[in-house]
Amino acid sequence: MRFTINGQAVEASVDLRTSLLDLLRDHLHLYGTKKGCNQGACGACTVLVDGNRINSCLALAVQYQDRAVTTVEGLAGEHGLHPLQQAFIEHDGFQCGYCTPGQLCSAIGMAAEAERGVPSAVTADLSAGPVVLDHDELRERMSGNLCRCGAYNGIVEAITQTLVTGAAE
Amino acid sequence: MRAFSYARAEDASAAVRLAGASARARYLGGGTNLVDLMRETVEQPDALVDVTALPAAIEARSDGSILIGAGASNTAVAADLAVRTRFPALARAILAGASGQIRNMATVGGNILQRTRCTYFYDDASRCNKRAPGAGCDAIDGFNRIHAILGASPACVATHPSDMCVALAALDATVHLQGHGGSRTMRLVDLHRLPGGRPHVETELQRDELITAVELPALPFAAGSTYRKVRDRASYAFALVSVAAALDVGPDGTVRDVRLALGGVAHKPWRASIAEAALRGRPATADSFRDAADAELADAAGLRHNAFKIDLARRTVAATLEGLAGGDRT
Amino acid sequence: MSIVDTVKQAVTGAVTGAMVRLTPDAPVDPLATKHGALGRSVPRVDGPLKVGGQARFAAEVPVEGLTYAALVYSTIAHGRIVTLDTAEAVAAPGVVLVMTHENAPRMAPPAIFMSNPRAAGASDLPIMQDPSIHWNGEPVALVLADTQEQADHAASLVRVSYEAAQADLSFDQARAQAHAPDSVLGEPARIAIGDAEAALAAAPYRVDLSYRTPRHSHGAIEPHAATVLWEGDKLVVHDATQMLHATQWTLAGIFGIREEDIRILSPFVGGGFGGKGLWSHQILAIAAAKLSKRPVRIALSREGVFRVAGGRTTTGQRVALGANADGTLAALIHTGVAAMTAHNNCPEQFTFPARHLYAAGSFLLEQKVADIHMLANTFMRAPGESVGTFALETALDELAEAMALDPIELRRRIEPDKDPTSGRAFSSRHLLEAYAKGAERFGWSQRPAPRSRREGEWLVGMGVATATYPYYRMPGGSARIRLTAEGAVVQMGSHEMGMGTATAQAQHAADRLGLPLERVRFEYGDTDLPPGTIAGGSSQTVSIAAALLAAHEVLVAQLLKLAGNDSPLGGLKAAEVEARDGGLHHKEDTGRGESYASILARAGRAEVVAQAEAPRPMEVMKHSMHSYGAQFCEVRVSAVTGEVRVSRFLGSFDCGRILNPQTARSQFRGGIIMGLGLALMEETEFDERTGRIMNPSLAEYHVPVHLDVPEIDVIWTDIPDPHSPLGAHGIGEIGITGVGAAVANAIHNATGRRVRELPITLDKLL
Repeated sequence: MRFTINGQAVEASVDLRTSLLDLLRDHLHLYGTKKGCNQGACGACTVLVDGNRINSCLALAVQYQDRAVTTVEGLAGEHGLHPLQQAFIEHDGFQCGYCTPGQLCSAIGMAAEAERGVPSAVTADLSAGPVVLDHDELRERMSGNLCRCGAYNGIVEAITQTLVTGAAE
Repeated sequence: MRAFSYARAEDASAAVRLAGASARARYLGGGTNLVDLMRETVEQPDALVDVTALPAAIEARSDGSILIGAGASNTAVAADLAVRTRFPALARAILAGASGQIRNMATVGGNILQRTRCTYFYDDASRCNKRAPGAGCDAIDGFNRIHAILGASPACVATHPSDMCVALAALDATVHLQGHGGSRTMRLVDLHRLPGGRPHVETELQRDELITAVELPALPFAAGSTYRKVRDRASYAFALVSVAAALDVGPDGTVRDVRLALGGVAHKPWRASIAEAALRGRPATADSFRDAADAELADAAGLRHNAFKIDLARRTVAATLEGLAGGDRT
Repeated sequence: MSIVDTVKQAVTGAVTGAMVRLTPDAPVDPLATKHGALGRSVPRVDGPLKVGGQARFAAEVPVEGLTYAALVYSTIAHGRIVTLDTAEAVAAPGVVLVMTHENAPRMAPPAIFMSNPRAAGASDLPIMQDPSIHWNGEPVALVLADTQEQADHAASLVRVSYEAAQADLSFDQARAQAHAPDSVLGEPARIAIGDAEAALAAAPYRVDLSYRTPRHSHGAIEPHAATVLWEGDKLVVHDATQMLHATQWTLAGIFGIREEDIRILSPFVGGGFGGKGLWSHQILAIAAAKLSKRPVRIALSREGVFRVAGGRTTTGQRVALGANADGTLAALIHTGVAAMTAHNNCPEQFTFPARHLYAAGSFLLEQKVADIHMLANTFMRAPGESVGTFALETALDELAEAMALDPIELRRRIEPDKDPTSGRAFSSRHLLEAYAKGAERFGWSQRPAPRSRREGEWLVGMGVATATYPYYRMPGGSARIRLTAEGAVVQMGSHEMGMGTATAQAQHAADRLGLPLERVRFEYGDTDLPPGTIAGGSSQTVSIAAALLAAHEVLVAQLLKLAGNDSPLGGLKAAEVEARDGGLHHKEDTGRGESYASILARAGRAEVVAQAEAPRPMEVMKHSMHSYGAQFCEVRVSAVTGEVRVSRFLGSFDCGRILNPQTARSQFRGGIIMGLGLALMEETEFDERTGRIMNPSLAEYHVPVHLDVPEIDVIWTDIPDPHSPLGAHGIGEIGITGVGAAVANAIHNATGRRVRELPITLDKLL
């Protein structure tokens, strides 16, 4: 099977049962993507596929051949950490750090969805208009990522500072 | 998880053919429910036929109807401007379900065919007539807070977990099917079955029959439709009770037409036909809405932990209709 | 985790109670009031690793030739295995080993908590040594295979039949036979002062209420995991643990090997909350690695976490309060029962808050345990205090309502001047100040009358409750300081589960040594380092601090000796110098001192190494030492559906000196959020017909998600405790305490409804 992972072409020979998550962790030793529940219930395994956030634990690797996968290891650029990663540190958007890679990838995918105008369950007016990522919108859209340490406030602050257009500095 | 073969179908005919070649084939959409159930050994297919390459287009027709390819992702449907303006209840129902990540993966076809969240169904140490027909049901006397209050049977009290289907049921959606014998259509409300004595047979689909599309017929007053979901936390939880509703009130203040369906209450998305009939021609008042809800729930039966759903459903139906009558979105 | 007991054993080993009282207090730590690196919001030192996905957790250590483990769990609660058919599993592709009680190596039962200060066993049941079954979910087989997929599949092929025995599963039935535990964490199970029942009966105002709280799961997002290697006779375990050295000692006993032949590493733990201890999975993985002669990774599935690693137990409680007309308490009764097993020692100390919080004319505080055939319950964030404050603090709210008193005013009237049951002086107690500050900031004066404020369909209300958690400091920890010209490394086998340990202790070391923060580092997470204490009971911060303080005294003595008489420090005693500006200096004569680099260079030394064990925690024997807080909550309750949304929350804490405001705020918030879960949604469903946990999933065991959590405001008194190292208290647990009651009281204020059974789900409010 062939994949593009963090911009690199990768070939792997794995069991058909292998999830995209286990492919990353056990076969490619990209342990940044986390296994929290393996049930699609916590979001720790969130990665970006062609820019869209998905739960890699529920994704069979075989279904994602030839797709472009971005994991937490691929977020940083030439000049160091992605601004969101830096903001997570500044706003203390984590404690144990285990849900963090999923929160980061999810937030980036979430911001792209909002940019495309994808509404959410708390969007008041579905009929049109750009999405304004206010406090409720952000929290609803990030609700697929559990944080048991309870770093939610810091996570929302970090996302607001980094990914929300026009947010106060 | 048992070993299985995998094939990717290029079109619906190929998918049906591929599925026909195996004894226990399953169609694989986003995998968000099937992969989980395979891991739990509840599902043990010998072959997976990947149908995500099948049509996913969302076609907004000039007559006001919409045709949605079964391969469309949940996100794509909820984000579609025609869906949002013509059938906001559908967009809201989808957005009330699961998480952003799962909605990106899950397909329309897969969402329709997702299986119950009954914890006894998931647990291979428990008795379940769905998993092992005739074994008995441990939910009836167990934890049944999330279980059915309408249309349940002594064999099964499970509920259908989909939010999307509740809106589809209310909006008179039709599913397009393709099987070994050709293609056909079926009303969504006829697709899912009540459990009766055979709860393991959950739909009227024939062997290997594939959902290829969902069609929403034009319904102008659905532009004001909505969906309300009640659950145990603010987001990312299955419904205890949900309501999809569209209401058409005439200038004289009487109900000209109404569409109403309930989720979280039965083995299938529950079209509230009794309530609808009770409302047509009646004044659009809180009393009418309450009476209609009472009529719909007259035969509801609670178990040890879920009897509250009867009252909750009544209240949620009445409040949702009141919201629509008052013109504000809930 | 023998919190008080360990402390007492250690202390009474040396001195008797009378001597304790005569022992002078340790001098106040000068760093308790000094501002340097401490007291500043320093970002977490492990931040870049964690946000970069580079922090390696226990299941993420690459090992050559690794095998993957999967467990098979029993499906009965009590009885024995009759047949075990493993043939199909053994023959399945990739399978390396199928281990059952028939072929498992002989292992001694784990030494249970409190049987020894270093015992880590959650239960003393033998592990896979015989066909007997003690709980539904007990591992009956372990499968090792070359991949996780193969192991999981083969595990599903193991066939087991059982002969069931009578099992005690009903809490209500077992309550009838409840018995007193030997002790409740070293404290008596029953305290009676005066005749509380008579005083209650005679009191002009009284409430007498029953409460139920359910089982809870820690729900750390990292499932329990271990990577295990035998290197000859030496054992290496990469574990996710909050008790490194205790695990090392306990494993030595189980496998009959020397402690020094075991190394446990745990540099990162993906959430603990009391749950990351020594359970059967690590022991089984070690046994399987021994049998197969292959390295083993065991990463529990989420279901496995629920089956193998215990959580908080269920309780039934009674709180009865009798009040005099002036608002003082004539009687305080808090009694009840917690479910436990016959093989563990964790009675959920829910009567502890009532032992220390309020003055009353008489007390009856008594807790019992009811034996159930279930997975051993364990410590979970503020064991006892979390669910005990739910009962006590809602009962107080009901009493205040009955007396038409503001609940904060009621607490003013029952504020004690000394510990009400032990009679000891409080070391540091500013609860009323926390209430006053919190009330002002939260706008408590705007609290509406019950069920009087409505916005659309939403009823709005406010509630308040006291938070409290004891101060503990564990004995037995040692710190080592390695000082070079470049800076210092402090080493101790401690734990980092997200509390910010490495960051706060680096801040501490910087100030203790007078070095800039960037020149010190705290190394932890490895039993090859000097022994740390457990990360439990909110004790680790001060336990490390005390050891570091002791090691620093040794270091200063060594440096003075090295400096010799040619140094400007020549002739000075340790008490006359202080560490600052990268060296030692005379306390008063600011010009007189020498840098570490200079001392080392003149002595021709590359480094100085000093190690010392922390002194015994005498302070807890002399004083009543606790942390306090006031939790303020505003809720909105749907009049239609009963759904509850927490719209505002403020925690106002009195927890000694705050070392790092940013990480402290995070920890308080984290506790509060877990408290919101406890209040509104969390329950491990235990099917009393079978003893099976029915919601072993993060989809069905609900914890708060982003949208459940408002912005949480946190403030603190920041008043140092004169009797603790750094003037600090641990803060990991107090955040969750009082939250259940604050939410319940707010719900009452919004709706007029009292709910005395957790969680307060919407069906209870319809």
